Amino acid sequence: MNGSGPITRRGFIGGALLAGFGGRAFAQGFAGLSESADGFAPVVPDRTFAFPGDHGPHPEFRIEWWYVTANLTDARGIAYGIQWTLFRQAIAAGGAQEGWANQQIWMGHAAVTREDTHRVSQTFARGGVGQAGVAAAPFHAWIDAWEMRALDSMNDENIAPCSLKAAGADFSYTLRLDAERPLTLQGDGGYSRKSLREQASYYYSQPHYAAAGILTIDDKPIDVTGMAWLDREWSSQPLAADQSGWDWLSLHFNSGDKLMLYRMRQNDGQHYSSGKWIAPDNTVETLGSDDIVMTPLIVTQVAGRKIPTSWRIAVAKMALAIECRPLNPRSWMGTSFPYWEGPIRFEGSHTGVGYLEMTGY
Amino acid sequence: MTNGNPILPNVTGHVLHVTGLTKSYRAAGEEVAVLRGVNLTVAAGESVALTGESGSGKSTLLHLIAGLDAADGGEIRLADAQVSELSDAGRAELRRDRLGLVFQQFNLIPSLTVEDNLAFQSRIAGRHDAAWHGELVERLGLGRFLKRYPEQLSGGQQQRVAIGRALATKPLLLLADEPTGNLDEDTADEVLALARDLVTRSGCGFLMVTHSARLAATLDRQVNLHAGVIA
Amino acid sequence: MKRALWTLAVLLSHWRRHPMQLATLLIGLISATALWSGVQALNQQARASYDRAAATFGGTRTAMLVARSGASFPQQLFVDLRRAGWPVSPVLEGRVQIEGRSFRLLGIEPVTLPADVGNAPAVGKADLQAFMTPPGTMLVAPETLADLKLAEGARPQANGGALLPPLRVQPNLVPGVLVVDIGVAQGILKMPDLLSRLLIGKATGRHAPLESVAGDKLRLIEPDAETDLERLTDSFHLNLTAFGLLSFFVGLFIVNSAIGLAFEQRLPTLRTLRACGVSARMMNVVLVIELVSLALVAGLIGLVCGYFIAGALLPDVAASLRGLYGAQIPGQLTLKPQWWIAGIAISILGALAAAAASLTKAVRLPLLATAQPFAWQQAQRRWLTYQSALALAAFAAAGGFLWFGDSLLTGFAVLAALMLGAALILPMLLEVVLSLGQRYARAPLGIWFWADSRQQLSGLSLALMALLLALAVNVGVSTMVESFSRTFLVWLDGRLAADVYVNAANDEQAHEIRAWLRERPEVEAVLPGGRADTQLAGAPLEVLGLPDHATYRDNWPLLQSADNAWIKLRPGDAALVSEQLARRLHLSVGDRIEVPASGGNWTLNVVGIYADYGNPKSQIAVNFAALTRRFPEIPLTRMGLRVAPEKIPTLISALQEKFALGDRNVADQATMKAESTRIFNRTFAVTAALNAFTLGVAGVALLTSLLTLANSRLPQLAPLWAIGVTRRRLAAIELLKTMSVALITTIFALPLGLLVAWCLLAIVNVKAFGWRLPFHVFPLQLLWLTGVAMAAAFAAAALPVIRLARMQPASLIRIFANER
Repeated sequence: MNGSGPITRRGFIGGALLAGFGGRAFAQGFAGLSESADGFAPVVPDRTFAFPGDHGPHPEFRIEWWYVTANLTDARGIAYGIQWTLFRQAIAAGGAQEGWANQQIWMGHAAVTREDTHRVSQTFARGGVGQAGVAAAPFHAWIDAWEMRALDSMNDENIAPCSLKAAGADFSYTLRLDAERPLTLQGDGGYSRKSLREQASYYYSQPHYAAAGILTIDDKPIDVTGMAWLDREWSSQPLAADQSGWDWLSLHFNSGDKLMLYRMRQNDGQHYSSGKWIAPDNTVETLGSDDIVMTPLIVTQVAGRKIPTSWRIAVAKMALAIECRPLNPRSWMGTSFPYWEGPIRFEGSHTGVGYLEMTGY
Repeated sequence: MTNGNPILPNVTGHVLHVTGLTKSYRAAGEEVAVLRGVNLTVAAGESVALTGESGSGKSTLLHLIAGLDAADGGEIRLADAQVSELSDAGRAELRRDRLGLVFQQFNLIPSLTVEDNLAFQSRIAGRHDAAWHGELVERLGLGRFLKRYPEQLSGGQQQRVAIGRALATKPLLLLADEPTGNLDEDTADEVLALARDLVTRSGCGFLMVTHSARLAATLDRQVNLHAGVIA
Repeated sequence: MKRALWTLAVLLSHWRRHPMQLATLLIGLISATALWSGVQALNQQARASYDRAAATFGGTRTAMLVARSGASFPQQLFVDLRRAGWPVSPVLEGRVQIEGRSFRLLGIEPVTLPADVGNAPAVGKADLQAFMTPPGTMLVAPETLADLKLAEGARPQANGGALLPPLRVQPNLVPGVLVVDIGVAQGILKMPDLLSRLLIGKATGRHAPLESVAGDKLRLIEPDAETDLERLTDSFHLNLTAFGLLSFFVGLFIVNSAIGLAFEQRLPTLRTLRACGVSARMMNVVLVIELVSLALVAGLIGLVCGYFIAGALLPDVAASLRGLYGAQIPGQLTLKPQWWIAGIAISILGALAAAAASLTKAVRLPLLATAQPFAWQQAQRRWLTYQSALALAAFAAAGGFLWFGDSLLTGFAVLAALMLGAALILPMLLEVVLSLGQRYARAPLGIWFWADSRQQLSGLSLALMALLLALAVNVGVSTMVESFSRTFLVWLDGRLAADVYVNAANDEQAHEIRAWLRERPEVEAVLPGGRADTQLAGAPLEVLGLPDHATYRDNWPLLQSADNAWIKLRPGDAALVSEQLARRLHLSVGDRIEVPASGGNWTLNVVGIYADYGNPKSQIAVNFAALTRRFPEIPLTRMGLRVAPEKIPTLISALQEKFALGDRNVADQATMKAESTRIFNRTFAVTAALNAFTLGVAGVALLTSLLTLANSRLPQLAPLWAIGVTRRRLAAIELLKTMSVALITTIFALPLGLLVAWCLLAIVNVKAFGWRLPFHVFPLQLLWLTGVAMAAAFAAAALPVIRLARMQPASLIRIFANER
């Protein structure tokens, strides 16, 4: 009953990947993610993950992503957030074909956020010719000039150190990501069920990155440091028909603890929550719907929509009661499929920073 | 350009006052003084014949009164209006609303029927009076010709139309410049008699330029223009 | 308001009494508007199609990268550029033959295709998955689908047997273009991992300098507001526009004289209205309102006529554009609202311009008519001097354009300045001739004849100028067309040297046909032919393969050649180049060119230059065997046969029967010639139609001018009649006068027309088409045109003259007595 949020949330975006090449109505007939997964590999429990192999793509599954968010500050204490995402979607089942016959489509999203600005860029590519792709070893995920790349002496279990690069028309960043602790398998040993109807994904995260590098906004380079979070997920049929949207958070506590949680909004009003608490020693606590209370505090009008950008979150089991506020309530991702994603700060029983993503508003 | 129907003063005294009017022309490099201080009055209901030899300035005086030309000096007062102080538009308004003009060359509009020729000034002036129009048609004996065009009429008939048009607005003053000049004697007498009759009916002043002493004698008063002044 | 309406009603009553005058005015305005807007409709229609073509995945509207050599380049460059941050999208272009017809195949990559590439990427309507995954989808215009006689979903077969992707209609696609996924295109064209160009989208960030990624392999082409087709067809549209403008001005001449006449006749009415109390301002406003209303009515009628004119000319225009430039124009006229608005506006502006003189006169109208003698002589001299000075300036400008200009536009500028100067100098020229006549006249009536003709000049000059221009253009255009058809026919004789032309359905059939022909005794020779399409210096190039045979050596017309040019072709390292290509790249015999071929670049020596009239593309001719070595993939389905003339019909029917070949695939020389000639005649059909119309409009202008003049001239004639010249004699003199000024004008128009023809042949054609035609003079044609002009002048002069001859003495008396 857990773990369905992220896969669904991102699957929705990933599914819409083809929906919007510059507003062209490409997607007719195949963007429907609720269609059957025939021909694609099913997601089944008790999979054994192996690295570095699983850092690479799984083309036999319909969708997949490499998703990095980071909370950063500069020397003067000004806060920033960055997002780096590479989506893969197969438009037809079967093994990856050579050249242009390759049925993989790639999409990149990149963003930087500051209190007073939020910059977004997106790009698309076909697989098979080299414009975009992921190699497991040495690890390298790229689309156009954006990339996440293993640095020398990368530890496969930590998926670090890495470099991370992206550039839009009015921003760019280059970061180095280091981690001393290994990645965490989400859900049940990386098997993340999303509904009672046997829909699930494979999902692991690296929440322990330390990030440092240069962020450039309007041609002004800024040295930044902070924390980053990687999500890796792949599946074949991620979307449930009765879901309207998602509210997802990744939190870095000042104590060194990490928390991933989300609330999946369903048409029947049955909100569905799940999460995972990761202690500094990498012991984990899985949270279910009964454990999590998420309450919207402030609704912001963004891009003509009403979006709850501040939240109260309570997890009694973990003695957690916090209020989250966005760094920039206008962190709107005006991409082909639009959503809200940006850095947040929280206070209360715990303090720290994190990322909030909301879709379907 | 003003719209509507100005309420005309009920003039019982003089409709026209000309005082010390002067006008000269430049011809062949020389200044020729045509009018040298003309004084003239016409009373309401009065008909005045203005005589004088060729080139004495009769027509010039008439044109100045009608506001077709501007005087050099002196004063023309038409009822309460000071003609010399008016702009071009003001003078046009004056002609439209308070004056009737009849010329030697009939000056009808060739593309309009008799009926429309009779009516167009009063229509443009916005003072069309169907009863008065009917009376004019009847008295001028034009009933049979209403649908005809000017070129289909004789000279006498054309001049009757011109007189009718001039009086259709019930002007304060009817100005006529040799109105019978192109007509034979009998027709001329007949047309003039009609004009006098109608002037009396409408109660306006009537100033006629003529070189014919015979015709002049039929009007109430005769004035002679000589050497630029009224004798 | 009511006052204005009544005044307007009085003014309008004039037209009711003079319906002919109203008709003339309206005819002038209608013909001006109709021709102008008709031509605009044609241009607009064509431009819209060019835009459609240009918007097709990287026409010239998009910035792009192409190989410096002009050939294809490795796909890896695309990947490298993307990885370096360049927002590029790959395109592969080539040609495929379906059923013996050649189509342009475009391979595009829909995922990276910039969203702002014109209006084209409505590919999205098609199913992306089906488009990208084999066998893919082939998008075509509805016209192409109809041409192929296939249904949607059907898979056409390319020459060579390859099965093409299923067809799918894309309404806003250009006809004749097949659009497939880049990967599919690479397969069809057998060009794996090769690209023709990269379209550049909106920048998403900084990117590395081009050289650091692609070395010197690629070159940036900035976006161009003008499309290729626009550039190619500029001359054609300039030509149309020039005729449209000319007719427009001639139409305005008519309007001018009609309004002039109406105004003259209404002067007393205007005075009466003023005397009756209509203010000057009101009068002017009402006059303008009257004119604008008339222009509005005429403009609307003119637009409808223009629509029909455009509709009638469109097939010819479309055929010309297709024949000359390969431009596809749909046969159905579609007009934008702007066209209607512009048409009405041009009608109103034209009417106001034509009436400007009359309106100014009305504004300044003195209330009292002063009968002062008009100092016409002095005024006329001033006017003549002024015009002549302008004419000289125009001639100087023409000279300047000719000397310094090097473009199509300056070519037309030379023409325009020349004609303007000639029109302006015409009155002075006539004045000189007429005053010479006056000096040598002896009889009093003779002196009056010349003097009076001179006085008439200012009134007639506009109409005479119109006549001059119409005639000169007629002479120029007909000389060009005649020169063209004569040269073309001779050239065609040389080019179509074989007796029978065969185009087999595919290579296998071609093989069978050749074997069969070898058995036929009447076939003297089978000459294989082939053609490859490639690119040179960024433009399409046709490479023609000619077999080494006496038929070509003896007949193929060369403009320039090296010694033994045909022998030099044999080894495959030499080529003959078309005149267009030679002019475009400034090539001469002895130069070298590098042509991208399938296996790499092909270096060729230029050993000759040949005329290639009517081909929009550059072309080179090489040895046939060498061509098949360098372009092994080209279809070998074409062949020419030498056959004894009397055996041709039986051979053709035998071929058709045996191999089920249609008329399109087997043709004798005569049929080919007739077809080519027909296409070429159509090229100038529009020009000829507009030409004739312009002359007609000039005739009407002359007529209305004379009518106007005739009325105002009666007072001048009345005294002559009064002193004893008979009406008949007066009429004869009037006719003679009109005819003599028309004749002088015509004589002046002939050399001017020849000059126009020379400009068209030596400047405009060379710039527009890339070929130059020899200049011929056709005296009989000139004589015929002179006759037509005199007939037009006679017809125009006859009506007023007949009226004069029949005029009642009473009218003359009245005029005499009633001098206005």
